[in-house]
Parts: sequence; structure tokens; C-alpha cells
Amino acid sequence: MIEIKNLHANIDGREILKGINLTVNKGEVHAIMGPNGSGKSTLAQVIAGREDYEVTQGEILFNGKNLLELSTEARACEGIFLAFQYPVEIPGVSNTTLLKNALNSIRKYRGEEELDAMEFLTLVKKKMSLVELSEDLLRRSVNEGFSGGEKKRNEIFQMAVLQPKLAILDETDSGLDIDALRIVANGVTKLKSPENATIVVTHYQRLLNYIVPDFVHVLYNGKIIKSGDKSLALELEDKGYDWVIEEAAELV
Amino acid sequence: MNSSVELKEMYIKQFQSFENTLNGEKSLPFHQIRKDAIKKFSALNFPSVKDEEWKYTNINPLLSKEFKPADSIPEVDPQFINKYLFDKKEFITLVFINGYFSKEFSDVDALPKGLVIETICQAIKNHPDLVLRYFSKTTSSGNNIFAELNTAFANHGTFVHVEDNAVIEKPIQILYITKADDILVSPRNLFLVSKNAQVKIIETYAGFGDRSYFTNQVTEFIVNDNAVVEHVRIQDEQLNAFHISTLSVDLEKASNFSSYNINFGGSLVRNNVNTKFNGGFAECRLNGLYVTQGSQFVDNHTSIDHAKPNCLSNELYKGILNDTSRGVFNGKVFVRQDAQKTNAYQQNKNILLSNDAIVNTKPQLEIFADDVKCSHGATVGQLDKDQLFYLKARGIQEKEAKAILIYAFASDVVHSISMTQVRDHLEALLAEKLL
Repeated sequence: MIEIKNLHANIDGREILKGINLTVNKGEVHAIMGPNGSGKSTLAQVIAGREDYEVTQGEILFNGKNLLELSTEARACEGIFLAFQYPVEIPGVSNTTLLKNALNSIRKYRGEEELDAMEFLTLVKKKMSLVELSEDLLRRSVNEGFSGGEKKRNEIFQMAVLQPKLAILDETDSGLDIDALRIVANGVTKLKSPENATIVVTHYQRLLNYIVPDFVHVLYNGKIIKSGDKSLALELEDKGYDWVIEEAAELV
Repeated sequence: MNSSVELKEMYIKQFQSFENTLNGEKSLPFHQIRKDAIKKFSALNFPSVKDEEWKYTNINPLLSKEFKPADSIPEVDPQFINKYLFDKKEFITLVFINGYFSKEFSDVDALPKGLVIETICQAIKNHPDLVLRYFSKTTSSGNNIFAELNTAFANHGTFVHVEDNAVIEKPIQILYITKADDILVSPRNLFLVSKNAQVKIIETYAGFGDRSYFTNQVTEFIVNDNAVVEHVRIQDEQLNAFHISTLSVDLEKASNFSSYNINFGGSLVRNNVNTKFNGGFAECRLNGLYVTQGSQFVDNHTSIDHAKPNCLSNELYKGILNDTSRGVFNGKVFVRQDAQKTNAYQQNKNILLSNDAIVNTKPQLEIFADDVKCSHGATVGQLDKDQLFYLKARGIQEKEAKAILIYAFASDVVHSISMTQVRDHLEALLAEKLL
């Protein structure tokens, strides 16, 4: 589904990603772990098309298309969804306005009919139950005055409505208490299908108890230095990152 | 036109021809008000950027044009008018074309009890006592040359008198539409809201055609004890037009005045909004929005005079400026020595959508009392990059995403308008300007 080859990216002239190689096939869940500042969130933002980052080398193919040539909004319409680590508050814009515009923009891009108000409402209500959000959220401004947990649940709710092919969850577990974590993880798990894929960017292993990855990668200093299966995540939880970093250093 | 002196002479000559068309009405006592005004007009000078109050606003483009007072009603495509009209079943509707009252498009039949609506020229004859008592009372103190010019030509416009205790449910809409034909129109409104009365009034200024015109407008409000007023002013003049207006409001004891001053149109626009508390425990909310593009220039000068204690004023003006357009906001709040327990809040926020748009903002507080709560502030910024990225990352096209954010920015100026139709209309106009 997505093929990242030798990806290098800068921000303000500083190189953050230093040659990422990663292939994710449909139906798979990949976890990207690593210590703070290793470039995890940068990778997520670069895939989504954040303009602050400059890609200096490499390519990203998404279902055969050159993703780096597409605008942020076109990437979203192609089926990429980034669940933000810090969802921004947008006072004055209701969740309904956001979702209705997003959904119809994506449908239009794909040559599908736009949904009318009734169809939209029916769809949205169905998806809300997935993350246990109440309906009054729809009228509220996007993320304004939301608790940390509500913001993350709202991200997963948006994902449920927009039904992406590739979901990238950027530190979705940070700031969640155990109940919110369970709700979010259940939501993500229910949305999994053989046709879509998920990249979970996380610092801790605990989210991976709920969203079980097929592959785990360790990102350090802008490169993937180790890959393995779900047991790698447990090992990292147990022993920390130092041994992987040392092991990688020995290989150089 | 070579100089502002010659221009003044031209307007004075035009006044003499205007006088000649008045025939018998010249002998009415009201005519003295016009004559006094033209005298004041001739003693004043047109302002230049050397005047502090006009520092950022260069009116030379206006002074270089010869506009003749409108003298007839042109043909109008009803579409131009209907675009601005609300449902006549739910609104009392007055339409003026080139300043002249249009019976055809208006609907003032079956007015509710306690409400008098007439054109200014009718009111001069039918209600001379009220007109003579209040006309020009709120504007006469200043040295506002444009207000004097308007008074000199005062003949067209709307007189509203809401009698004691009358609560008028139906809002009153007054539309002034002008054909761009190098003409001067001088709409004049006098709104008297008596004790315990309530009323909602919407003024709309719009134009059509390719040439230019000059709307020189004055509205006076007397808001008596305990009266409640909601006033919406929509300025969507044609983009070659000049528009100078003065809104003067006297607020008596425990009255409540909410103003929405919405500006979309015009090439050179200057709005003066002056409110004065003449009694205690009154409230005044001034909301303003200016949305400009191309080379438009829009200047809002507001002043709130806390002359009496225990009053509240809350002012919020927002600007959205694109291309090479310019905006000016100047907001004065005076809190006089006697005006203890005053609450006065003022905010001006601007978004610049291009690198070449400019806004000059000057919030001013002058406080002479010591037991007051006052704040003011101004911001100038761009659309929030993180918010824009968030919307685009959800698949919303850049243009729509910007429109959504701009609308959200503008919405808290208009969201407290009580009339749904008016809010929807403003939303549609905003979308038309942004997309």
C-alpha cells in the first residue's frame, strides 16, 4: 500500500529523517517506536504532507502514486489519515462542518455523489457509538474545550467517518487514561479490515496490548535501526531502547 | 476638480438648485436646519491626512470627482433588489432607489400599533415637532463636514418613531440601492425609540452599475429610558462607490443598544459610529466586520462616551483583508469623571490574507474615573497554519478550508444577531466574497 524509500526530510535546514525505508501492505498493522526526538512524528507529518518539512531525498509511493507530488488534501482524498498527536482547537468551526466538508470533498475526489444532510447525519450517528462520544459533540467547535481523551477519541471518530486506506496514529495513546485508551484502541481495532492498513506511532508499548502489530520498527536518529514482530515491543518495554541503539552502533 | 475649495463651492451651488426644487417646503421651519447646515459646511474644510482623525484615510479620490445630487429614479432589475430583501411577510420593508422612496418594492402597510414610519420628507410635514426637536441633535456638536452636507440635502430617508411601551416584533428593513451614475445620494434616518419600547432595524446600502457614486449618509438614534434596540447596518456598495456614514446614538437611562456594522463593499468607505450614554445603567454593544479585497479601503471610527455611571460597553470589530486592500480601525472610549462603575471592553482583531493588505488599528481608552473596569486590545494576524493543515489533512480543499476558517473568525461578530434570516443573508454574502 505504501512504500517509503530512502526518505530524507529537513525542517529549518536541520535533517530529521535520514533515510527511512518502510513498506506497509494492506491488512497490516505496523508500530513505529523509538525514544523522544527520533523522528517518529516527523515521519507521520511528512506522509500527511505538512509543508514545514522539506523532503530532500527519497520517495513515497502510495498505491503506486508518487505521494510527494500530491497536496495535503489530495493525500487525504487518496485515503491517508493522520490522527494527530496534538489535535488543534478550531473555535467557530463545528465538528459537523469539518466532517461534512471533509467527507464530501473526499467523495467528490473519488467521483462519488455527495451525501445530503440526512444521509450524513445517519452515518455520523452510527460512527459516534464506536468511540462512545455523545451527539452534542457534533455541534461543538472542533476540539475546543475538549479534554485530552475527548480530543483523541474525536480523532478516531473522524477516522471512522472518513474510512481511510492508511491510518497513521501519532502518539494517540499519550495523555489517555486507561478507559480512554481502551475506547480508542477498540475503535481502531473495529475499523481494521483486510483492505486497510495502520501505522501506530508510539512511545510506549501499552497501546500495542490493544492494537496488536504485525511489525514493530525502532526509529532512532532519523533511521529505522531494528524491525521485528510484536515481541520486539515487549522487549523494548522491558529493557528500554539502549540495547537496540548499541546493537545498531556496533553494526556501523 | 482642482481643489477642495472649488468642490465645496460646487456643493454649495448644488444646494441652491436643490433649494429651488423645494418650492413651498422652503418656507417650513425645517428648512432652517438645512440652511444652518450648509453654512456650517461652507465654514468647514474637507479633511486631509494631516487631520488626526483622517490620518490614514486619504479622501482625494473622492474630492477629485464631481457627483451631482440624484434627481430621478432609474430602472432597476428587481433581482438587484431582491438579493438584499428579507421575507416581506416577516419584515417591514422600505426600499429607496437613488434616495427616492419606491412604493413598488416597499411594504409598509398595516404597521403595528405604536409604530410610525414615514419618509423624512413626509415626517417634516407630519411630525414637525418631533423632527425639529431631534433632527441633527446628536450630530450638531462636531465638526463633521460630511454630516453637515447630508443635513443640507436632507429630504430622503426614513423616520421611525416607536411610541412608549411599544414592542415591535417585526424587524424593519430599509434598503438604499443606488445606480452608479456619478451621483450623490444623501440618505438620512431619524429613529426615535421611546421609553420601554423595543425595535429591530436593518439598514442595507447597495449599488449596481459600472460608474461611480457617493453615498453620504447619516443615521441618528434616540434610545429612551429602558428601550431596547438591535441595529444591523449592511454596507455592500458597488466596488467603485464612495461611502461615508455617521451613526450617532444617544442612550438614555437603562437602555440597551446592539449595533452590527457589516462592511463588504465600496472603494473608499468611512463609517463614524458615535454613541453616548446620557443616563446610567445603559448597555451598548458595538459589533463590526469588514471584509475587503482588491484595492478597497474601509475605515471605521467609533467612539463611546461614558458620560454617566454604571454603564456597560462592549465593542468587537473584526477585519478580513485580502489583496492590496486597506482597513482602518479607530476606537475611542471615554470614561468621564462621573462615570464610576463603568465597564468598557474593546477588541479589534484582523486577519490579513495577503502580504500586501494593510490594517491600521488604534484602540484608545481615555479614563477620568477611578472605579472602572476597562480593557482594550488589537491583533493583526494571518490564518492559523496548524488549523489550516488540520482541515486539509482531512481532505478539505485549501480554498474551502480557508473559507471555513475565515467564516469561523467572522462568525462571533454576527452570531448574536437575533434574526435568523439576517444571519443567513450575511453568511451568504460572506461566502460570495470569499469564494
